[in-house]
Amino acid sequence: MRFSAYETTGFYDELFEPSGFPRPQAQLLINTIESLSDGQLLRYQHAADRLLLQMGITFNVYADSAGTERIFPFDLIPRIVTAPEWVRIERGLAQRIHALNEFIDDIYHEQKILKDGVIPREVIFSANSYRPQCQGLNPPRRIWCHITGTDLVRHTDGQYYVLEDNLRVPSGVSYVLENREVLKHIFPQVFEGLAVRPVNEYPSRLLEMLESIAPRSVDRLCVVLLTPGMYNSAYFEHSFLAQQMGVQLVEGRDLTVRGGEVYMRTTTGLERVDVIYRRIDDDFLDPDAFRADSLLGVPGLMAAYKAGKVSLANAPGNGVADDKVIYAYVPEMIRYYEGEDPILPNVPTYLCWRDADRKHVLANLESLVVKSANESGGYGMLVGPHSTAAERAEFAAKIQANPRNFIAQPTLCLSRVPTIIEDHFEGRHVDLRPYVLYGKDVYVLPGGLTRVALRRGSLVVNSSQGGGSKDTWVLAATEPS
Amino acid sequence: MAPAKPLLSRVADSLYWMARYIERAENVARFVGVNLHLMLDLPSYEEKQWQPIVDTTGDANSFLERYGKATQDTVIEFLAADDKYPNSIFSCIRAARENARSVREIISSEMWEQVNALYLLVRESRGLSPDALPRYFHDVRMACDQFQGVTDSTMTHNEAWQFIGLGRTLERADKTTRLLDVKYYILLPSIRDVGTPYDEIQWSAVLKSVSGFEMYRKKHGRISPTHLVDFLIFDNEFPRAVRYSIGRADRALHAITGTPAGTFTCSSEQRLGMLKSELDFARVDATLAAGLHEFLDGLQVKMNRIDECILQDFCAQSTASASATA
Repeated sequence: MRFSAYETTGFYDELFEPSGFPRPQAQLLINTIESLSDGQLLRYQHAADRLLLQMGITFNVYADSAGTERIFPFDLIPRIVTAPEWVRIERGLAQRIHALNEFIDDIYHEQKILKDGVIPREVIFSANSYRPQCQGLNPPRRIWCHITGTDLVRHTDGQYYVLEDNLRVPSGVSYVLENREVLKHIFPQVFEGLAVRPVNEYPSRLLEMLESIAPRSVDRLCVVLLTPGMYNSAYFEHSFLAQQMGVQLVEGRDLTVRGGEVYMRTTTGLERVDVIYRRIDDDFLDPDAFRADSLLGVPGLMAAYKAGKVSLANAPGNGVADDKVIYAYVPEMIRYYEGEDPILPNVPTYLCWRDADRKHVLANLESLVVKSANESGGYGMLVGPHSTAAERAEFAAKIQANPRNFIAQPTLCLSRVPTIIEDHFEGRHVDLRPYVLYGKDVYVLPGGLTRVALRRGSLVVNSSQGGGSKDTWVLAATEPS
Repeated sequence: MAPAKPLLSRVADSLYWMARYIERAENVARFVGVNLHLMLDLPSYEEKQWQPIVDTTGDANSFLERYGKATQDTVIEFLAADDKYPNSIFSCIRAARENARSVREIISSEMWEQVNALYLLVRESRGLSPDALPRYFHDVRMACDQFQGVTDSTMTHNEAWQFIGLGRTLERADKTTRLLDVKYYILLPSIRDVGTPYDEIQWSAVLKSVSGFEMYRKKHGRISPTHLVDFLIFDNEFPRAVRYSIGRADRALHAITGTPAGTFTCSSEQRLGMLKSELDFARVDATLAAGLHEFLDGLQVKMNRIDECILQDFCAQSTASASATA
């Protein structure tokens, strides 16, 4: 397969310059791919698909009948991020996570930022993800966002923008590790001559971070990963991370609170638990504290957490900063808490509860992307340029009925990466989700999940909406000559 | 040395059932595969015997309701592919995989891939042509054997592994008793068949159903009902003999509890130890004289009780909480 007919115009292409020549960092990769004999790349692609199926690397689809599994399509052509680009991303994310953490701690304590009038009070208290139960809570090291998967997109101007912060229970990191494994297994020669930074230290870093927030110091800390169970869409990732870290994967029914401490039920009796990496939403964590009808959670868990008997990552309540209206204020937070300008800009955002913004949004629905403040996974959104008049009318009514719940952003021209479509290459839109750990310090995994919208022209990269993924290569800095 | 990590009750339960389901699927595949062969050796005027295979499952009523007459087609559909029948090969492998999936971080990746490969194999099993059937049952058996091999060579032989061994050996002992119980009538001399070559064929088929034909020959030579019963129940070296399997289960259980062999601290240990002693010190001629069917029936009752006690002793906490929140 050759790139001679590959179309690069109109969008920022991650591997090719507008002139049609490979970018310098992609030259070797393009040469390797073009040097393959006819049909070889497609054979590799089929081998990769088969391998994913054999390894059972699948996700569950809620819309289908229970237990339906699919592989998350993986495209062999990687996305490349250069060392200087990565330095900027890394610094930008560290700055952002630090400010967000300060903000959450402030909101659940003194609320200085509200008193100083930087963010309107009503924006916070009307957020669905604000948790009054967390007021006054002091998580270990005052960290609320231990694991973050920030969504970045690159626009036609070549600039990275932050699209979403995903502070609650971000998923996808297992695909970062597995995609790299599959690519190394199927197509090892593609790495030749390049210094691609490894990603396989993530599980050790994650474990180290989790141990750093333990409520007591004992020789053998008991860290567990709490999953909603095997029918959850991210179950593969839960078991993968537990396996890679060598910690127990537990369900709510495996845990019990006795005498204010958390224990797991084992064949030899109860065993004390110190740190819970929970992959269950706040609402379902503890029926005593949050939703009473939750069967997934552990009654009494929040009380044990508040008493400092067990640590939770991420901290409950941190989703307040995931609200898309509050997201719009993150640049202000960075200036307020860090005294710096944001390194990574936000996507410009219209807040429908502001009269002027709402008027503008309603008048420009064809060109904007409208999102509800609390949904994720590509649900509850309107992509203006791809919408019908009926859909726009439906959203206009929703916005007027509940302006607080909607924001709008210009439709971004997401950057593209060549992708194997049948027997040739076509550009497909991508985003980038790097993973950030915050324990003793901030760590950004040198890599990330590059999600790709496989449908022609589509801008929606979510796995639930026909998206796939690519390996993400962060290149090591070369020694200055 | 670091102390062993505790094993979750739910995980122990899943490992035990994962192993039982794989073993069950393998046995069904072997029973059906052998019967396919056997039918070719029987004279054409003879009624094709598919009902006994259904009887070994203990689910003959469920078969009768859904399919009626036992023919090659209906029995193979029922035992191999029926996704509504919980003990079909397909359902067993699906259940084994679901259990494996829920403990994926406990077992090795190789084990997961093997059980996943088995699932992909049986998922395609509907509507196989008759000439593809022998190959298919062979492949299922081999894939189950591979699972055992991969389990033993890639997973640490820790408490979790012992639960796998416990489930496998108890299931194996159960299946061998069921097979014998269904076939015992052909072991009794009947007027019509005495001295015909069909005795030998039938008895060989019983041995082949537990992959025991060659090993039997090495030990006892000519096939006789007494030796056959001795071999399948009381042999201490043949891996599918009831006594051997129960001895292995007993060892696994003591490895789990840490209690010295020959003593007990919980009811599953006590009952398994009593059954083991019974098999160790029994005589085949006395057993046959007292009635083979009654003896086999007694074994099954005891093994069912042991299964209940294991769940009670090690997994009760998780089941209790599951029912409390259901």
